[in-house]
Amino acid sequence: MGSVDRLREKYEEWVREFLIPTLKKIPEWRKFATSFGVDIKPLYTPLDLKGDYLEKLGFPGEYPFTRGIYPTMYRSRLWTFREYSGFGSPEDTNRRYKFLISQGQTGLSVAFDLPTQLGLDPDHELAYPEVGKVGVSVPEVVSMSILFDGIDISRITTSFTINATAAEILSMYVVVAESRGIDKAVLDGTIQNDILKEFIARNLYIYPPLHSMRYAVDIIAYVTKNMPKWHPISISGYHFREAGATAVQEIAFTLADAIEYTRWVIDRWKLDVDDFAPSYSFFFAATTNLFEEVAKFRAARRLYARIMRERFGAKKPESMRMKFHVQTSGAALTAQQPEVNIIRTTIQALAAVLGGAQSLHVNAYDEALALPTEKSVKLALRVQQVIAYESGVIDSVDPLGGSYYIEWLTDTIEEEAMKIIDYVDKLGGMTRAVEIGYPQRAIAESAYQYQKMVEEGKIVIIGVNMFREEEELRIELHRVDPASRERSIRRVREVRERRDREAWERALNELRRAADREDENIFPYIFNAIRAKATIGEVSGVLREVWGEYKPPSIY
Amino acid sequence: MNEMPKPKVIIAKLGLDGHDRGAKVIARALAEAGFEVVYTGIRQTPSQVVETAIQEDAKLIGISILSGSHLELVGELMRIMKERGLNIPVIVGGIIPPEDREALLKMGVAGVYGPGTPLKEIIEVVKKLTGVS
Repeated sequence: MGSVDRLREKYEEWVREFLIPTLKKIPEWRKFATSFGVDIKPLYTPLDLKGDYLEKLGFPGEYPFTRGIYPTMYRSRLWTFREYSGFGSPEDTNRRYKFLISQGQTGLSVAFDLPTQLGLDPDHELAYPEVGKVGVSVPEVVSMSILFDGIDISRITTSFTINATAAEILSMYVVVAESRGIDKAVLDGTIQNDILKEFIARNLYIYPPLHSMRYAVDIIAYVTKNMPKWHPISISGYHFREAGATAVQEIAFTLADAIEYTRWVIDRWKLDVDDFAPSYSFFFAATTNLFEEVAKFRAARRLYARIMRERFGAKKPESMRMKFHVQTSGAALTAQQPEVNIIRTTIQALAAVLGGAQSLHVNAYDEALALPTEKSVKLALRVQQVIAYESGVIDSVDPLGGSYYIEWLTDTIEEEAMKIIDYVDKLGGMTRAVEIGYPQRAIAESAYQYQKMVEEGKIVIIGVNMFREEEELRIELHRVDPASRERSIRRVREVRERRDREAWERALNELRRAADREDENIFPYIFNAIRAKATIGEVSGVLREVWGEYKPPSIY
Repeated sequence: MNEMPKPKVIIAKLGLDGHDRGAKVIARALAEAGFEVVYTGIRQTPSQVVETAIQEDAKLIGISILSGSHLELVGELMRIMKERGLNIPVIVGGIIPPEDREALLKMGVAGVYGPGTPLKEIIEVVKKLTGVS
């Protein structure tokens, strides 16, 4: 009898003689299933492993990268500690950045306010109530310079969560670098520039899908050629998850988006996949479901490697290596008993690290109530530092690899995600799927089912549907300085008054012509307008005139 | 349950905020509870919401805001409602610091509901405020 047969026989004996009798005496107290509805067995064994070790797992730094994208992972370089932050005017946020750096943060991540993200100047009627609220107001290049005052942008890596106005923001950053004598080729960082997920979940789009895709893809083509260290896109599953997607939907829609961008860049700019795919980065969520999340990251890495090699014929390993940033799940935070969130985010951060993330943001415990205070964001950073320096989880690469349960979960998530990716292919790709509302509906459905399970107590949230407390804990919350809005408005008006009117007008006219001509890369025109001190509202205003604005269907 | 058709309610996203998970879940829960629900979608101005409520003859407005602009936008909404003579209850949900909750109630908002509020509580509140019981 072979060893597998012997094992199967012993397993069946264990089920018969131990498991079933025990369950008769002490039944399980609830049903156990993954977040995407697949039953979880009480025990996993080598019988659950499928396929060959070398083919499925291999070695870190090698295809299919299941065990990690670098050979030594955190033993050579820790992930980047990158807390997403921004509020008020650039002066306010600059102070917060300097504080975070002084506390050991190793990368910056800029949160912009809604007007900046939607291409509206702070004195626009729709912008006014929102200036500086969820992020920092950066409507023109002078503000960008103040944001990074005293920070060496030739050394630190900076991530910009910016999509519909990604080209304007990147242009401002490059103009600031050049004014400091720094060549754009040495700048290292990321712009999110993932417009598809805006249509699906995050909702900060401006132009209709096809024009928006051109805008995003033109940035990818320009950056890959001119800024070799920069990531021109961060393909994001985070917002799907936050909007209610399951772990499987999160990575499936993200990879379907990656496929769509890749196809677009190849079709539009006739580039070889190995010319631009190495510049991709990704962005995922980490919820409190530790093992499922670890398996999700591993499955995403393997799926991506296979898609890039098999579908697009990538040859360079860098084109198949999924680099990703993780943010702990904002939707998992509770307003009730907020300090308990520190425990949640610790588990979530652990999932990201055990899953092999390159960069991490841990949410602050007070973010179900307001933007974080200095105290709460420092604690979030400390969570990362304790995991990195005290826990020992970084000592060996992919320490959960080979766990029967983790490998089964990784395989299962991969298979389930592939079904969704195949379905999107049948629809004709993600741009089309978005136009007909497929991912939007699928995510809304998952969100509703999740909420129903919370209501029924099938999903437990401590402090919300179990161990509730009547009395509310009052904690000190962050307040945006009301004067910051006036500072932003004053500055944008000064910039408008002081610029060279002729150069500004010429740049905007050229931009208008380029927007109308399909064969032009739009990026250099946006760059020239920004350098001529055009504001974000003016640049975006020109593109709105030519491309129109997207009005979505109302789906719930 | 055999009851009269339930009144029409508006669920609206005020301002530029794109976080619509809560608004959509509430809209669907109210629809399943028998209400006729008009979900406005995102990026509504206060005056658009008031116009929709008047046109639809709605009996309640539910506002969702997670962008921190609730005091200004809801204040404006209440002002326009008064101006237009629209006297129906308004409830607000989202990321609202506790002291702002009190400020909203002072403006005349009928209730403020943060994350973690059970759907059945929202449904009960909407029933009570629209005179269904």
